[in-house]
Amino acid sequence: MDPVLSVRDLVVEIPTRHGVLRPVDGVSYDLAPGEILGVVGESGAGKSMTGNAVIGLLDRPAHIASGEILLHGRRIDNLPLKEMRKIRGKEIGMVFQDPLTSLNPLLPVGEQLSETIQTHLKVSAQEARDRALAALEEVGIPAAAERMGSFPHEFSGGMRQRVVIALALCAEPSLVIADEPTTALDVSVQAQIIALLKRLCHDHGTAVILVTHDMGVIAEAADRVAVMYAGQLAEIGPVREVMTTPRHPYTDGLIGSMPAHSAGHDRLRQIPGAMPRLNALPPGCAFAPRCPYAQDKCRAAPHPDLNAGAACWFPMEAAS
Amino acid sequence: MSFVDIRHLTRVFDVSKPWLNRVIERLPKARLTAVSDVSLQIEERSVYALVGESGSGKSTIGKMLVGLLPPSDGQIEVDGVDLATETDAETRDRMRAEIQMIFQDPYASLNPRWKVRDIIAEPVAARGSETRGLAERLLEQVGLSALDADKFPHQFSGGQRQRICVARALASEPKLIVCDEPTSALDVSVQAQVLNLMSDLKDEFGLTYLFISHDLTVVRHMADRIGVLYLGQLVEEADSDTLFEDPKHPYTQMLLAAAPKLDSFGREEEPPTGEIPDPINPPPGCVFNPRCPLATDLCRVERPDMRQAGGTRVACHMVPPG
Repeated sequence: MDPVLSVRDLVVEIPTRHGVLRPVDGVSYDLAPGEILGVVGESGAGKSMTGNAVIGLLDRPAHIASGEILLHGRRIDNLPLKEMRKIRGKEIGMVFQDPLTSLNPLLPVGEQLSETIQTHLKVSAQEARDRALAALEEVGIPAAAERMGSFPHEFSGGMRQRVVIALALCAEPSLVIADEPTTALDVSVQAQIIALLKRLCHDHGTAVILVTHDMGVIAEAADRVAVMYAGQLAEIGPVREVMTTPRHPYTDGLIGSMPAHSAGHDRLRQIPGAMPRLNALPPGCAFAPRCPYAQDKCRAAPHPDLNAGAACWFPMEAAS
Repeated sequence: MSFVDIRHLTRVFDVSKPWLNRVIERLPKARLTAVSDVSLQIEERSVYALVGESGSGKSTIGKMLVGLLPPSDGQIEVDGVDLATETDAETRDRMRAEIQMIFQDPYASLNPRWKVRDIIAEPVAARGSETRGLAERLLEQVGLSALDADKFPHQFSGGQRQRICVARALASEPKLIVCDEPTSALDVSVQAQVLNLMSDLKDEFGLTYLFISHDLTVVRHMADRIGVLYLGQLVEEADSDTLFEDPKHPYTQMLLAAAPKLDSFGREEEPPTGEIPDPINPPPGCVFNPRCPLATDLCRVERPDMRQAGGTRVACHMVPPG
């Protein structure tokens, strides 16, 4: 099947007074229809930046320096602003972390939904209202007909995030980028939102890029997972494989340092040090200074391309 | 007798609108009960964790314990001293030094204009004690370099800043440290470093922690005993292993089931229903009854008392005592 989205060697650069920073450096992946790709990494790893580049929301001076982004085989990274606006919302939906700031506080949610529907689909005002109501019902807002006239502040955090999801899906996009959609929510509500996102995307055949720092959320929701470190893909593969037999030492360290993984042990496994700053990247593999298995080759040569799913000169064996 | 003894602790906040609005709109006074009749004991040199979702009152209990908020009702005794009623100035000062706090956001809890040396030594200097070399010694103890004392907070990463916060708390030679979500703002790999450091320091200095968190996996790793809060009430309390292996209260069971797990690939379980009710108008009876699968008529009328069930203390009508 043709991929919904293809990202090829994407490089995002930010020119500064002290040289050019590369928050995203040579990222490539494909996304099949209906697939959920989890993008995981620590803060500053470039996971949100990749998502923003796809939807064309990079804040200047950040810009795409090279590489291609293809949506249904059509290049979208070099489209003029006007064309891109038609794609945003119509073909790519977006769910952000904070549902309060992604809704207009001065408009009732029903109007926000029907406005979006009318912008992207050729329907009458009445039809748009009906669709908006159906969308609210679909995301599980109780008494949706009465809540059409409610303002965002009248909803709780979880309900607001449901409205945002309805908004992202109402024009029936083929791709949704969800950037930390549950980070601001409580555990019990988080479980509801994840289940909702999974169900809707399955029903509509929508592909999802799920950006999060929470490995648990990824394990629950994603089909495939991409692990990012210092702007580069460290590892990509089916979620079960990556989580149970990680091949990149960083993935291994990340999973090992989660408290859930050390139940019964006195100490947590920790990765020494911190992620390097973008203006002080080491010459070789970016993870080499923290890597327990690093050898001279890792410190001298940049890491190899993703071979067998992991960008590492010495990928870990499945057995270890 | 326990090191920390909290009895029938209650805190009510007045969240009414300004009086003129109340008169014009004929609104009654609104009161939010953030903490309602909570009793618990913490043993010396142990880690007691409070878990709960937002609005459950866990931070309010922490603030009352260190004395940042006065209780509306009930007593808190630390080492036999009740800070709210203690009249002897010397005892009060000693107790204040012995109880320290670490906050969630290491970016907001360090003064950006002060050097790290001054930040760490300030609590000791404020009491007029000698502080030469203190900051350097503490920095090395928390895994930073003595040379860092001359730097400013912005020169450090999040994890390093939280280490500075730990060093500042240690400067007063405390016995009890209240840690309010100390690692929620940190990345996983850095969180592991800070948690390990806190465990080491606990053993080295014989500290007692009240550990406040919403993250069940962190709590399970750190705590000896865990209290689960829901809407300001303590609903269950047990040893760490007992709580995770045999949760008694339906809320605890729901919370454990809802938490994402590392091995739950493609889980198709029904997520919990409902949300936390409005704390200004909490439901009558047991606060959990609108979301509870076991709720009966009794639960909708009468608030359950804490009762002993095995090694667990639980507030639920449906759990048989024993």
